[in-house]
Amino acid sequence: MNCDHCDKPAVVHEIVIKGGDSKEVHLCAEHAIAAGYPLPAEQPLADIFPKLGSVAKVEAAKSKERSAKCAACGLTFTIFRKSATLGCPACYDAFMPMIEKVIESAQDGATHHLGRSPVGGAEIERVQNLRVKMMRDLEAAVAAEQYERAAKLRDELKALDSPSP
Amino acid sequence: MSQPFSAAMSQVGPDSDVVVTSRVRLARNISGFPFISRASNPVRQEIMRVVRRAVDQSCNGTDHDQGMRWIELQSAPSRDRILLSERHLVSRHFANSDGPRALALSNDEHSSIMVNEEDHLRIQFLCAGSRLSDAFKAAFALENALANCTNFSFHPRWGYLTACPTNVGCGIRMSAMLHLPGAQIMKETDRIKRAAKELHLAVRGYYGEGSESIGDFFQFSNQTTLGATEDALLEEFNGIVLPRLIGYEREARTAALARYRSRIEDIVFRAHANLSAARLLTADAATKDLSRMRFGVVMGLLPIELTTIQRLLLQVQPAHLSLIDPRSLESEEADREVRATYVRQELLRGTTDTK
Repeated sequence: MNCDHCDKPAVVHEIVIKGGDSKEVHLCAEHAIAAGYPLPAEQPLADIFPKLGSVAKVEAAKSKERSAKCAACGLTFTIFRKSATLGCPACYDAFMPMIEKVIESAQDGATHHLGRSPVGGAEIERVQNLRVKMMRDLEAAVAAEQYERAAKLRDELKALDSPSP
Repeated sequence: MSQPFSAAMSQVGPDSDVVVTSRVRLARNISGFPFISRASNPVRQEIMRVVRRAVDQSCNGTDHDQGMRWIELQSAPSRDRILLSERHLVSRHFANSDGPRALALSNDEHSSIMVNEEDHLRIQFLCAGSRLSDAFKAAFALENALANCTNFSFHPRWGYLTACPTNVGCGIRMSAMLHLPGAQIMKETDRIKRAAKELHLAVRGYYGEGSESIGDFFQFSNQTTLGATEDALLEEFNGIVLPRLIGYEREARTAALARYRSRIEDIVFRAHANLSAARLLTADAATKDLSRMRFGVVMGLLPIELTTIQRLLLQVQPAHLSLIDPRSLESEEADREVRATYVRQELLRGTTDTK
């Protein structure tokens, strides 16, 4: 039996009778705690702690997001969130993880530019071809469990993605 | 600009029965400068100098070798700014905002560059009818010419960097202003809007972002700018989506006429009668009735030229009306009276011309 509110297995099962109607309630550990139910004694607490830990991690990441600031133009993440416009080209790297999400959701999951490049396009085309090759190599390295090589390729890919001066 | 009707908005072109105008707009920023929201007035002035130099240099030997007019909006009279916005050459926001900003405008008013709008440059080509591929070529020709004289901000992964991160990549916005009275009568507009959203198209009103639809005019534009080439985006919008929208509207018109002929004739002829008889007329009321008449004209119910309707749709707007007769600025009543008189005369002339 799964929890009424999510797909996790229910650990609390109750029949609530209210105004003559009876209703079955099935809750997982987290939703049971949230609803104020005491957990059954056999529920190992360790099962809950990792979840609480991950909540704390998400909170920490969120607070890091909120305090992010672009060193080049001084734009803060809070202002960006409000205006939805960036302050300068360097903001794209300063707010990278958040912007990645914004762009991917607005662009139907697209993650890379495939269109034209400014004059001097030959160099950019070379970089783009190189990226495609490195991404394939990285996939192959991971599949072959060559983790050192994969880490090196990942760093090189990151360096490729830094903006043009 | 003091010409009362030289703009793309008052002309006709291919598929004009449904497509009023086509537009391609490219967002570009000059590298080395912050985006507009973080740019002080002196920095904005500097951006304007860089763009003006690039425009002057790049115009030599291109379609624009007679030069582009340079209009600084912060010092332009308010009427000129409104004229530009009524002609859809600048956004309403750009016409009314503050700070140093300019418009470079070709003599035929098809090509223009908004300087210091949301991005440093918004390079635009606007023309009548369904001519997106022409607009596409012309906008990129101008962009290329400018790129030879200035560097645009570019990121190897994200493409052309824009102030709003959702425009990155190609930084291209292709739009078509459609007249959809058939869909409206058949109560299909909401369905079309929903379908458009599923195709990642934005549907906006007569004056673009944040404006409402007046007289069944809707602006459709692409929202995807990343992960595909410019040509692929054009092919999808111009080759697949737009023909379907046009076909859909034409079918709706035929079906509407077959089913509700008397009702449609009533709407069309009443609109004509209204505009031929009114003594006081607001811009919105005139636009609505002209839209109904436009439907009657393209369906062969009214013996009037489509160009007459298109021209009037522009001329009934307040700033354009004041070019024809400045007395319209004296009071609200004067504005309505001048509009009604002008439309009445023009319709009388338009009907006699075609007889």
